[in-house]
Amino acid sequence: MITKRDVEHIGWLARIKLTEEEKSKFTEQFNSILDYFERLDEVDPDVPPAHNISGLVNVFRADVVRGSMSRDDALDNAPKKEGEFFKGPRVV
Amino acid sequence: MNVSEAKKRAEDESVEEVVTSLFDNIEKSELNAFITLAKESALKEARKVDRNGAKGALGGIPIALKDCISTKGIETTCGSRILKGYVPPYDAHVVERLRAEGAIIIGKTNMDEFAMGPSTETSYFGPTKNPHDLSRVAGGSSGGSAAAVAGEGVPIALGSDTGGSVRCPASFCGIVGLKPTYGLVSRYGLIAYANSLEQIGPFACNVEDVALLLNVIAGYDPRDSTSMDKKCEYTKELRDDVSDVKIGVPKEFFGEGIDEDVEKAVWDGIKILEDVGASYTEISLPHTKYSLAAYYIIAMSEASSNLARFDGLRYGLRLGKDEDWHTTFSEIRAQGFGEEVKRRVLLGTYALSAGYYGKYYLKALKVRTLVKRNFDAALKDVDVLITPTMPFPAFKIGEKTDDPLALYLADVNTVPINLAGVPSISVPCGFSGKLPIGMQIIGRHFDEGKILRMAYTFERHAGVRC
Repeated sequence: MITKRDVEHIGWLARIKLTEEEKSKFTEQFNSILDYFERLDEVDPDVPPAHNISGLVNVFRADVVRGSMSRDDALDNAPKKEGEFFKGPRVV
Repeated sequence: MNVSEAKKRAEDESVEEVVTSLFDNIEKSELNAFITLAKESALKEARKVDRNGAKGALGGIPIALKDCISTKGIETTCGSRILKGYVPPYDAHVVERLRAEGAIIIGKTNMDEFAMGPSTETSYFGPTKNPHDLSRVAGGSSGGSAAAVAGEGVPIALGSDTGGSVRCPASFCGIVGLKPTYGLVSRYGLIAYANSLEQIGPFACNVEDVALLLNVIAGYDPRDSTSMDKKCEYTKELRDDVSDVKIGVPKEFFGEGIDEDVEKAVWDGIKILEDVGASYTEISLPHTKYSLAAYYIIAMSEASSNLARFDGLRYGLRLGKDEDWHTTFSEIRAQGFGEEVKRRVLLGTYALSAGYYGKYYLKALKVRTLVKRNFDAALKDVDVLITPTMPFPAFKIGEKTDDPLALYLADVNTVPINLAGVPSISVPCGFSGKLPIGMQIIGRHFDEGKILRMAYTFERHAGVRC
């Protein structure tokens, strides 16, 4: 059973601020959705997990220096920038 | 309008005339199929083709692209407020191929926000309406692309399919839509939602145009580590002959909750294929009933990780006043994401959290192994599987929005295919009243040629047209 406090904590982990209304609504909906997910408990599969369909483990390429996006292109969509840098909020 | 008709019109009039009349249709339309129109660049391209002649497999053919496919210089929002104003500095692999073959990009189509939903109702830009009944959904999440083809005369379009997002709107809008085998089409430049499941796929009014578009977009790309070199000439596979084909009909896809008209139309479709030489047998895919839960756990978990990059710092929504990093980031995401995106990111975060990883995510991956084994075993005995694409025709706008679980259940016939990574095509097979019904043909990995041939033969004998 998931509680409103759990939803608030998950919101904090996911970096999404939730309103009181969202917390209440999601609490009810998450319980109903997680109840549905419980049906997986009916199977106890002794098989390896399929992380991907093609069975890829590692994909290597030659260690060759290649070009990348220009600094101007990378900065072009930044809502706030200063000189050659993205401008972010303070961390501490 | 199909590709041949667009070519004929361009010869009789001009490519510019064709493109101009398309923009007129779109601007008058009530469907809300587009988020962005690339009018200036499309008309410039059209005039260039008129001057220099059509070059390439899609020379001068207009195409609409789902708004999660990156287009250099054209705004790409994923149907979300958080990406409003974002103009990619590069083209997706499929867009490079389209441009190289002469296609004219006319705009970016509406979609469920970050491709999350089967109805295009979660778009920040409002829902897309069904061309057959404006009070109903076009399907999702590529509803804008499907409605653009079915309702506004765009000859071809691209969508992306994570759990049915090409096939669902193809079914609801009465057109042809293909989800290729995982790995056949590069996902480079597709803004990721659930990357182990999703594939870019073509829409058109007929099977021939879908095969033509697949010829262009399929093929190896070293920039996508899951890309495979398995392409063939799909248009050469199209012939009116299914005499060598064994069809499997999985009973689990005709169960509870399926609409009577849908069931009848699909069985009638199977009978048509039997009449022209195919044989069929009823089979079972026993783990199908766990597919939906496994799919949503995997998709939400991947979404919680993929969408962590949207912080408003490098692109997208940034609010006026900054506080500390955590508060600013959390506020941007609170205002930038819609309700369904928040729901899925939060549930995915929960499923991946310590203590629940084994119960949800790891178990879902193991169930994916079982579902894949079911498909592999079934497709050893038969060549293709046939099912209804959607269990019911298009529903009313707003009918299911208050109950997310009911909306998730709509994907019941399409998500097992994404878990198995096999290819699948939806073709129109009849109507329920005025609403189209789609039939799903599923094939072995990289056997797109066969399902396209099945769909092509069916289209010729069923008499159902876009």
